[in-house]
Amino acid sequence: MSAALTESRPARRRTNYRRRRNLGEAAALAVGVVILIWTLTPIYNIVIVALEAHGDVFTNDIWPVKPSLESFWVILTQGHWYLEYFWHQFGNSLYVGLATVFLTLLIGSLASFSIGRMRIRQGWLVSNAALLTYVIPASFLAIPFYRIMHLYGLSNNLWAVIAAEVTFATPYAIFIFQQYGVSIPIELDEAARIDGASPTQIYYRIYLPLMAPALVAVGTYALLLAWNEYLYQFLLLSSKRSMTVPVALAQFLNSDEAPWNYMMATAIVYSVPPVAIYYAFRRRMTAGLAMGGIKG
Amino acid sequence: MDGAQVLDAAEPLATTTFTAARRGRRYWRGNLQGSEYAWAVAFVMPYAAVFLAFVVYPVIYGVWLGRSPALYEELASEPIYVRTVVNTVLYVVIGVNVKMFGALLLSGFFMRRGWWVKALLLIFVLPWAIPALPSFMSIHWMLNGQWGLLNNILWTLFGIDGPGWLETSRWLALGSVITSHIWKWMPFWTVILMAGRMAIPQELYEAADIDGATRLQRFNYVTFPLVANLYLVCTLLSTIFTLGDFNSVYFVSGGGPALSTHVLATLGIRNAFEVARPDLGVATVLSALPLMIPLVILLMRKLRTTEVQL
Repeated sequence: MSAALTESRPARRRTNYRRRRNLGEAAALAVGVVILIWTLTPIYNIVIVALEAHGDVFTNDIWPVKPSLESFWVILTQGHWYLEYFWHQFGNSLYVGLATVFLTLLIGSLASFSIGRMRIRQGWLVSNAALLTYVIPASFLAIPFYRIMHLYGLSNNLWAVIAAEVTFATPYAIFIFQQYGVSIPIELDEAARIDGASPTQIYYRIYLPLMAPALVAVGTYALLLAWNEYLYQFLLLSSKRSMTVPVALAQFLNSDEAPWNYMMATAIVYSVPPVAIYYAFRRRMTAGLAMGGIKG
Repeated sequence: MDGAQVLDAAEPLATTTFTAARRGRRYWRGNLQGSEYAWAVAFVMPYAAVFLAFVVYPVIYGVWLGRSPALYEELASEPIYVRTVVNTVLYVVIGVNVKMFGALLLSGFFMRRGWWVKALLLIFVLPWAIPALPSFMSIHWMLNGQWGLLNNILWTLFGIDGPGWLETSRWLALGSVITSHIWKWMPFWTVILMAGRMAIPQELYEAADIDGATRLQRFNYVTFPLVANLYLVCTLLSTIFTLGDFNSVYFVSGGGPALSTHVLATLGIRNAFEVARPDLGVATVLSALPLMIPLVILLMRKLRTTEVQL
């Protein structure tokens, strides 16, 4: 009797445990399915609308009945009057993005080299200025920024947009660079100084190579910021030839009869580069975000 | 130093001023010598120029544009403005809290082991990876009462005739905007909070397990106290970013129906560019300052002290 009890008890406990674990796994799967549906519905909508032929957008089907790649072909050949400069605008977006990356990295790394490595005494002022810019919402600054760009003679000019993106990307860059820079021993700089290296040489030959991971993280961040940002590009660019992709895309909305299948196909073409870059540099970026501040 | 000593012996009075000047200069220059200080200043210059030209000048210009008290009286007498303030508060309070609490729970969910959880995380971050504009435009069309995907699904699967989400009622439209905002930004904060959770040493959980802690106790006594600070900083940051969020409202509801779902950020732009009253637009935005300033001060303090912990 007692021998039987002692034998069966651990066995029963084990089955109980297993049952509870299976139940937990099932509940987790259910949560997973809900998350999947929640996440994918708007994305699914982009895809099915893009796959519809022109004129078939007004339908009550929940999947594409006769999918066609017509919209993508129209984009490729710029075959719709709203898309006549599409690839030119794509190039504009790329130009703005790359210029933003270059300037953000240059300005940000020079400033944080001076603050963090050369320990300039007024460094705290610069850090605080950066922090303040970081917490001002960009949309609140848009109206005076727009008027000042007119004063600077940069209206309808890609450089006005680049200036705006650099303004909002550098604070984050300085933030990350300073935090990452702490992990590089200052003795390296001192050794180089004793060997007679000038500050520019230390910056170029020691600081920049060792900062490479942070440069990649911030560069990715700046590229995505410039590529995805809408408000400033919309306000500062007005002619079709100077527009970037998001501005051109939003222009569709204002036309009398919005061609939704072309819009959604454009949206896919526009989203592919940032998503690819995001997944390629995901780990670096997440590390960077967790390390320093956080920009939404 | 030698030079100073020689001088000291020759002419005491002159040296005190000389060393004082030198000490003063050293104070300003830190440990940098001569040309190095010049280099350090030169390196900071580009950023200082950007800050002055594109932050300080616009801020001063904006405050100058919105300096007249009459503008604020004009705003307060507009029913649209009053509604906008209510919308903004609802949008920020509900949006931020639901998003952050959801992110906190989901960050725990995504810490589970198993290949499908990792795969799901890759899909879950898509809304953050995709630019805001295409997804919000898609949501706008998806919520169309007549042809939108959501009502088509409701009809096909459940036989329900769904409402016009964005065209009929202010509350439905505002709810849709808030939901879209959460959809877009929850993945981002989940990833941040996951990083915070991963930094918690595993030994603490092992010790809690040995003491026989339940899952809820593990969360209450181990996880939450350790991520609480991060959670607070994230919530503050998210509040400011949500306050300045333009895209969700502009592309999902467009402020409609009948201008009833505007928030301060979109109404400011509307007043400045569609109504062509830049001063009124600036005043609309500036009226958020009483809410902004305490947040910014709190956040700047927090960010400075929590830098290392993040």
